[in-house]
This record gives sequence, structure tokens and C-alpha cells, in this order.
Amino acid sequence: MNQLKEAAIETDVVIVGAGPAGLFSVFELGLLDIKAHVIDILPRAGGQCSELYPEKPIYDIPGLPVCTGQELTDNLLKQIEPFHPTFHFNEMVETLAPLGTAEKPEFRLSTDSGKIFHAKVVFIAAGGGSFQPKKPPIPKIESYEGKSVFYAVRRMEDFRDKNVVIVGGGDSALDWTLNLQPVAKSLTLVHRRDQFRAAPHSVSAMQELTAAGKIDFRLGQITAVHGEDGELMSATLKGNDGVEEKLACERLMPFFGLTMKLGPVADWGLQLNENLIPVDTEKFETSQPGIFAVGDINYYPGKLKLILSGFHEVALAAQKAHRYVYPDKKLLFQYTTSSTNLQKKLGVS
Amino acid sequence: MDEEETGVMAKMGFEDAATRYGAEPGGGAPTKVKITFIDSHGQARTVEGEVGSTVMETARRNDIPEIAAECGGACACATCHVYVDENWTEKTGKASQMEEDMLDFAFDVKPNSRLCCQITVRPELEGLVVTTPAQQG
Repeated sequence: MNQLKEAAIETDVVIVGAGPAGLFSVFELGLLDIKAHVIDILPRAGGQCSELYPEKPIYDIPGLPVCTGQELTDNLLKQIEPFHPTFHFNEMVETLAPLGTAEKPEFRLSTDSGKIFHAKVVFIAAGGGSFQPKKPPIPKIESYEGKSVFYAVRRMEDFRDKNVVIVGGGDSALDWTLNLQPVAKSLTLVHRRDQFRAAPHSVSAMQELTAAGKIDFRLGQITAVHGEDGELMSATLKGNDGVEEKLACERLMPFFGLTMKLGPVADWGLQLNENLIPVDTEKFETSQPGIFAVGDINYYPGKLKLILSGFHEVALAAQKAHRYVYPDKKLLFQYTTSSTNLQKKLGVS
Repeated sequence: MDEEETGVMAKMGFEDAATRYGAEPGGGAPTKVKITFIDSHGQARTVEGEVGSTVMETARRNDIPEIAAECGGACACATCHVYVDENWTEKTGKASQMEEDMLDFAFDVKPNSRLCCQITVRPELEGLVVTTPAQQG
């Protein structure tokens, strides 16, 4: 394969992960004229901060006595604006392979939506890995996944004229109940209780459809699936009263939120230590020259999984990244307070 | 302790000083209680939990399996799900509204299901028994 002829996005650095460490990488690399593309599996920036605790207070960001996960994310996005990073959300980096040499590294990355990137350096800021849908402990469910059991809707047509069962009581479960009801042959919503943690208008819309007999709402949980060759024929509903019943269905969608899995990072040929990537503490570089690991995903003696540690790590890693991206340029250490050069980059001079 | 401080703590919803601050050494109320975690295969592990910490933190400090606690105790992930032994459900109390909402993301939720990051270790929980589910995430 002639890789140079691929329709690849050429960039200085690809940052894998748009959490605080990934976002601040844009800043530190940007000050050194290193242009970034940022890829994240979530639909928005912030990583664990916006996914797990957007409303909860963080007390240990230096200089910020208290801020929420969302405020921190918003502030970081504002801080990196001058560097115009390009974000690729809802995408997971699947492969990462070296193209260049140890002295002049280059990397090829591909995502699950088919984009190809060529980058001089890579920053892995993937936190606890990728946020992926939680899969319920139903025996043999994996043999139906992607064929008749789905954790996300890629094509509405897959559900047309099918008997659909949706499990869950959050926004995803209710949104897809409302969206698929007009398309499906029948729709059954299964939830463990008669209360929903979802937008009130979705809840009332769902209740109206139930009252009108257009969807069936059942209290309980799905404990077994039945079918063959990946095609679902029915699912066992265990009601809250303990009574079991088979629901005829060809499609099942369980919505139990997200969990962090290391994901494809494990296949990138990097040395790993219990799902973490060992790095040195001078440059935070991995076993592969040109690939750096910053934030919660790296490991070194004394490592603390703190946001502030991630900030420190990206600043140091950026220094080494500069030597790969601009091998002929000498790097002058400068302060944003006093350097007109840096201030020009920040758009404040 | 003067009356004013007791009053403040009552307002904050803490039952007694030991609950709020952890008991002082030699101050009467115990500072540690025994907690037993039974895993999904039936193996029991009894460890000491510090009064004032949470049952989840106790599990993590003692390398108890089957407690993921991905979010670190923010009641934001439902991966520290436990079943409280029936003899203890009264003393551990009921899940808050926020915890109930988060339990929607746990599997095989039962009436005695709790997220153990939301159970504070108190002297009256001496001997607490909880069971962990086979799958958290």
C-alpha cells in the first residue's frame, strides 16, 4: 500500500481524548506552533469531567478554589481557542501504526468511521480508555450484538416493522422509544421502576404514548434472549413480581449508560502495565518514540491520577514533541506573561 | 461538645458526633467496624472499615473484587453496586433520589441494592454484610 497516496488528514499531532489532559495538550503544543487534531469517542469535549461529574465540584485545580467538571471543560475550551484545534467527536481511534523512523517518527491512525490521519507525533490522553455502552449480563447476548441487539441506533431502517424492546429509564432509552415508535411494528419499554431519570418532556411524551396504547411499558428486567444465528426471536421479561414471560421481539436495545474500557489502545503495540501506559517522567513518552501518554492513562512511579498531574505532564511532553515536529528549530523557553511572541500566538498582543 | 455544635450537626443531618467526625481514639465510640463482602461466587472477605469513610472506600482500600467504582465515589457511574444483607437494610437506610436514579444503570437491581459509595461507615454498622454482583460495568 502506498500510504502517502491515501486521503489522509495531515497534521502535526493527533491527540487521542478530549478530556482535560487532551485539551490542555492543545494549549501547550499550540504555544510551540504544533497544530492539533483531537479525536474523542464521546459527542463532546470534557471526558470524564463532562461525562461523569459535569455538575459536581472539583476543589483541587490550582488557582480555582472550586469549579464543576463542566466549568473546567468550558474554561479549557476557551483557553485553547486561539490554537483552533480540529475536533472529531463520536469517533474512536482504532489503529495506530508507525510509518517513520525513531529519529523522524510519523504515524498513521484510523478511526471507526474510516478517517485516516498522518501525524508527526501522537498524544494519548485517553483517561480510563473509551467510554463504551454497558452490556447487560444476559447469557449469549454477544452473539446477537450488531445484528439484532444494539447499543446505539446507526440506521433507523434496521428497526422498521420490527418488534422492538428497549430497556432502561434514562434519556437514551426514552429518546429512542419516542424516535422508533413510529417506525417499529411494536415497541415495548422495560424499566425496573416507574420513575425516569430523563428530560420531563420525554417522560410525558412516553406516558402519553403508553396511555394511547401505542407503546407497552413493562416493569421488570430482561434476563434471557432467544433466537438463532444472531437473529433475535424473543426475550424473557422477569417482572418485578418475579413472574417470567417471553416477549416476541426481533430487536433489543439495552441502555445502561457507559463504562470505561481500555479499548483499542491495547492493540497499538505499546508496552502496557495493567491497562496503563508506562512513560518516563522527563518527556512522558511511551515505549514508542513519538507517542506520548498523558493524564490518567499513563503510569510512572509516584503517579497520581489528578487533573493537575495531567497538566504538568503535557507541558513537559510538548517540549519533546517540538523536537520531532521541528527538528531544526531551537526551542526557547518563554513565559506567556512576558513573551510578545507567545502573546501573539494567544491573540492578546 | 457544646449544645450549639450539636444543633448544627443535627441540622446537617448527622446523627451524632462519631458519624460526622469519626470517633476520637479512646473516646468510647469505635473508630473501626468489621464489614464482610461476599463475592458473586460466595467467598466472604471480612475487613475493617474506618468510621466516616464509605463502604466503597473500604472495599477499594482492601482490594475487594467486583467493586469497580469507576467514578471514584461521585455517585455517577453505578459500578459499586452491592446487595445489603437483609438483616442490615434498616441500618444502612434507603437510597437517596440521586442514588436511585443512578441504580437505573446497574444490572439486576433488587430492593436491597445500594451503591456502596453512598453508605457511610458508622459504629452501628459493626458486622455489616454486603454481597457483590458478578458484573458492574
